[in-house]
Amino acid sequence: IEASAKTVSPYSTDEKLTDYKDITTYCNFYEFGTGKEDPAKNAHTLVTSPWDVIVEGECEKPGKYNLEDLLKPVSVEERIYRFRCVEGWSMVIPWMGFPLADLIKRMQPTSKAKYVYFETLHDPKQMPGQRRAVLDWPYVEGLRMDEAMNPLTLMGTGIYGKDLLNQNGAPLRLVVPWKYGFKSIKSIAKIRFSETQPVNSWQKANENEYGFFSNVNPDVSHPRWSQRRERRIGEFRKIKTQLFNGYGEQVASLYAGMDLKKNF
Amino acid sequence: MKISENKFSRILRPSLFALLLLPAIYYAWGVWQDSLGANPLEAVIRGLGDWGLRVLLLTLAISPLRRLFNWPQLLRLRRMVGLYAYFYVVLHLFGYLWFDHFFDWEEIWFDILERPFITVGMVAVILLTPLAVTSTNGMIKRLGKKWKKLHMLIYPISMLGVLHFWWMVKLDITEPVIYAVILAILLGERLFNKFSK
Repeated sequence: IEASAKTVSPYSTDEKLTDYKDITTYCNFYEFGTGKEDPAKNAHTLVTSPWDVIVEGECEKPGKYNLEDLLKPVSVEERIYRFRCVEGWSMVIPWMGFPLADLIKRMQPTSKAKYVYFETLHDPKQMPGQRRAVLDWPYVEGLRMDEAMNPLTLMGTGIYGKDLLNQNGAPLRLVVPWKYGFKSIKSIAKIRFSETQPVNSWQKANENEYGFFSNVNPDVSHPRWSQRRERRIGEFRKIKTQLFNGYGEQVASLYAGMDLKKNF
Repeated sequence: MKISENKFSRILRPSLFALLLLPAIYYAWGVWQDSLGANPLEAVIRGLGDWGLRVLLLTLAISPLRRLFNWPQLLRLRRMVGLYAYFYVVLHLFGYLWFDHFFDWEEIWFDILERPFITVGMVAVILLTPLAVTSTNGMIKRLGKKWKKLHMLIYPISMLGVLHFWWMVKLDITEPVIYAVILAILLGERLFNKFSK
């Protein structure tokens, strides 16, 4: 694992990294409270070992997988990605992880598997924020199969060479760098292959503001935030937001012919 | 209730003045010491907005408290509290214009047009301005009866202020609901007081 972490991924950016302290104290993880500082204070109640991931739906290898078994065959590498929140702030995060495509191939999805659905753990005892119905628990997310198979799409296991902290979505989370942060679901407990498009949690909460795709797009305005600019955490001036968060070269073809304003 | 003129002007009024300055000092200190978390500029804008709304509600609480404690002196604190509310609202606006938009007026104009919470916030601060301007003794005298009428604008302004916060919140509306309830009590007391006479 260490050896592969030292090679620089061609997908990594060389932009200045956001401080570890900021990454681990400024989080949106409503399962531990709706304030940005809440997750860092409250997430200690989450038990991440042992951890099981249920795989189900349209695949040949459904079942309940222990996390260690799930991680055994993969090689974890470092990927430095831009991370853009829908709220108009962004970070540069050195993730540790492996391509989601590796995991999907092992589960051998059938021809009916058009989408991948993800679910966060649902346990109000471990996640006190779930006692209040701010969102429809458990938190769910989804990707189209081609998005999930894209080499940029990562299963995150760590940050700055260390295991993920609970507030950042330990022990296993999604990282989709060309989409707004809420697509990158944390603390994944279930993965399902499905024929139909899942309705993600934020879409359920307010479908006029949050869509299924939620690709970073400076030209699709939000009723609460202008998306033309963003503030890099740690910097004073704002910078211009790029279409697909600057990953257009890798992902623009996924949306060829689609009206991105309608399919926001 | 009444306290001596000496205590009122030498202790109560200056204490309240100092107390209401504390939030401004807290945020100035926080920026200086970089102790406001990962996104300090947002913390400053939000914090100043919170205090603008809180002090605005405090201004509206003075008449009901005066009636509750039968304490006429309280009314003489209202101008100071009201001007403090304006102080925080203007700082909040300035923070937004600077740290959110770096005075890019085209962006700001789009923001006002496209985002309802910005629209109502702007209307509120514009309406609040003539109240601050006419708060001097000279203006009170010059406007006479019209002054009271003009200053009744504080009722719609405070509603717009709460609405501004409510519409700004992404999902968890607990805080704006608390402000709305307090405002409803403060305005309801006035209605009750008016009609029970």
